Amino acid sequence: MSWLAFTIPTITYTGKVKEISLGPPERAVKVGNAGCYPFHLFEGEMGNPPRIAMEVYDVTPEDWPPAAREPFADVLSDPVAWAKKCVDVYGAEMVCLQLVSTDPNGLNRPAGEAAATARRVADALTVPLLVWGSGDVEKDAEVLRQVCEACEGKHLVVGPVQDKNYKKIGAPAIGYRHTVIASTPIDVNLAKQLNILLGNLGVPDELLVMDPTVGGLGYGLEYTYSVMERMRMAALTQQDDRLQFPLVCNLAKEVWKVKEVRLDDPKLGDPGKRGILMEAITAVLLALAGADVLIMRHPEAVRLVRGYLAEMMGVAA
Amino acid sequence: MPLTGIEIFKLLPRTNCGQCGVPTCLAFAMNLAAGKAELSSCPHVSEEAKAKLEEASAPPIRPVTIGAGEGQVKIGGETVLFRHEKRFENPTAIAMLVRDDMSDDEIAARLEKFRTLRYERVGLMLKPDMVALEAASGDPERFARVAARVHADTGGAAMVLMSEQPPLLARALEAVPGSRPLLYGVTTENLEAMLELAKAHQASLGVKGNSIDEAIAASQKLLDLGCKNVVLDGGARSLKAAFEEQVAIRRAALLQKFRPLGFPTIVFPCRMTDDPMKEALIAATFIAKYGGIVVLSDLEGHSLFPLLVARLNIFTDPQRPMATSEGIYPIGNPDDKSPVLVTSNFSLTYFIVSGEIENSRVPAWLLVQDTEGLSVLTAWAAGKFVADTIAALVKKSGIADRVSHRKIVIPGHLAAESGALEDELKGWQVLVGPREGAHIPAYLKNWQAA
Repeated sequence: MSWLAFTIPTITYTGKVKEISLGPPERAVKVGNAGCYPFHLFEGEMGNPPRIAMEVYDVTPEDWPPAAREPFADVLSDPVAWAKKCVDVYGAEMVCLQLVSTDPNGLNRPAGEAAATARRVADALTVPLLVWGSGDVEKDAEVLRQVCEACEGKHLVVGPVQDKNYKKIGAPAIGYRHTVIASTPIDVNLAKQLNILLGNLGVPDELLVMDPTVGGLGYGLEYTYSVMERMRMAALTQQDDRLQFPLVCNLAKEVWKVKEVRLDDPKLGDPGKRGILMEAITAVLLALAGADVLIMRHPEAVRLVRGYLAEMMGVAA
Repeated sequence: MPLTGIEIFKLLPRTNCGQCGVPTCLAFAMNLAAGKAELSSCPHVSEEAKAKLEEASAPPIRPVTIGAGEGQVKIGGETVLFRHEKRFENPTAIAMLVRDDMSDDEIAARLEKFRTLRYERVGLMLKPDMVALEAASGDPERFARVAARVHADTGGAAMVLMSEQPPLLARALEAVPGSRPLLYGVTTENLEAMLELAKAHQASLGVKGNSIDEAIAASQKLLDLGCKNVVLDGGARSLKAAFEEQVAIRRAALLQKFRPLGFPTIVFPCRMTDDPMKEALIAATFIAKYGGIVVLSDLEGHSLFPLLVARLNIFTDPQRPMATSEGIYPIGNPDDKSPVLVTSNFSLTYFIVSGEIENSRVPAWLLVQDTEGLSVLTAWAAGKFVADTIAALVKKSGIADRVSHRKIVIPGHLAAESGALEDELKGWQVLVGPREGAHIPAYLKNWQAA
């Protein structure tokens, strides 16, 4: 019996994800540049591996389960110290400042205060900083505009920029040279349309990344997963130029808010490990679907996913 | 490869007898090609044509059933590379490893976990599916005894019997008659003897290659000998290589209709790391990327539960929204003074709303209306979640007997319905709640019954 040695049937890619530099040019972190499906290294180049940004909150989180609070217990009320701990102790490659205090349905703190916090964190950091608003269309327009202004020269990555506030945030982002995160609700066509609108507004391609909107594990992850696979397919095999942008997934806040990270039930094992795995598994599935930036919380989940990514990229020790 | 209507037509009797329910054989052939008819509707089709048609219409990855009775597990039958292209058919089976050289206590503890670690979610039971029993002791009697124990203590869960030695497997198969396990692994050396065992015991065969080429060689031989219940292992034991192997097998089967790889796979995260946390991430990878069976070194609630939920997500049919059943859901021991909220039965909506009510720590009654799995806004736009339907639900649900007040909170997106709903529900005060689930806790904290 004889046959030729088996070779994997490969796919011909006709497009590529753009490579975007995040942060100040002298210490930029490059994301994107994929020329094949995620980790399909036998038939293409993945460009940059998915990067992890560790998140920091602008106000002490009151409702986090103990496992999520514990690693940051000494810095929860100080976003600058928290950000530094992420970098110095946990080796964060990037930091994401979550401006939850500005939420009009919550503390509704003024935009100026948030902008000042962003500036202080940016000043203290040597790694790229993402700044994430509350998601409220009107408030974010004001908050992120002021953040852009206060952080001139810091080359932030700001979002979520939505179809209802893209002009108000896009314009100052262009003016002060920050990258924008175009955010749409789990929909390929809306994502493409917002990218076109931002382009028409004058946002250059090198200042644009996308947020597909993340559903956590058990809470809509499958929708995000498939929409990301479809976006990647369009970018790589259908030459859809307006979808060839890196994908940023703000996942930790979705994972850690669900009841399953809090339940105390022997059948569900150790609550801390459960939360860490729910975060890490969500991150892994999003990376498999095409994530370029994973915004994560727990240092142990970060460590696990970092090791996982290195192994998938073939650079593991 | 699917046949066209014309190709199918050529295999039919071409008598236009009409007994299949459509007037002509051509029309019937077209229906078959479109998947709208079953070949069994034609009483006159020849055996030869039947075999050809069945072969041609078999999914590119054969479905394989392992086990018997309630513990039966079906894997394979997959037709797409990406779930959005259609759907993934049969969820990755999750297996727990047991070795026959473990102590009886250890084995008992594992089987206890297998039985008890199960979780109800959206009316579904999430649980591990199989026990992979490895013959590590080398003693046929011990192996057979543990096999019988596993079978008995799990209520007949589907098994993988792991040994390359046919005599060992033969002894175990006698101990668990009728259990139809997967025999793993078949190599080019033991192939004939394994096939004989499989035939005698209606078992499936797990090919164990040290490379994908070896797996192909064994699988091709099994195909030549008429064996179709095959599960594949190409031997990769690192995360990266195993990922590549799974993609290779799925693509060869789907894109090239390469029959020797047109079978479900078995993957061993338990052999790829010693760190149970890392093992969970590896297992998640092969739930998403094409594993038929994933064998775990052990079961722990904190890793099993997230994996089962990941599997539920990945194998949800993207074309059919998941729904929860209509009715009254008490959250946090509500009483007659507790608020009543109404929402749609789209699973995600239900999860988010019930989760946020829990987060608020305000006990409440959640009234879920059957909106055919549509979310609040979509159901409202489609006229399926409006004053009429909500009023009907309130009346038939009997919620009025559970509470002493007469206030009902509707989703913020349904504000326009509040007037009409008050007209329909005499005596009730309709309150417009928040538009977003995240704002429910703040809303409920200010809620007053009186």
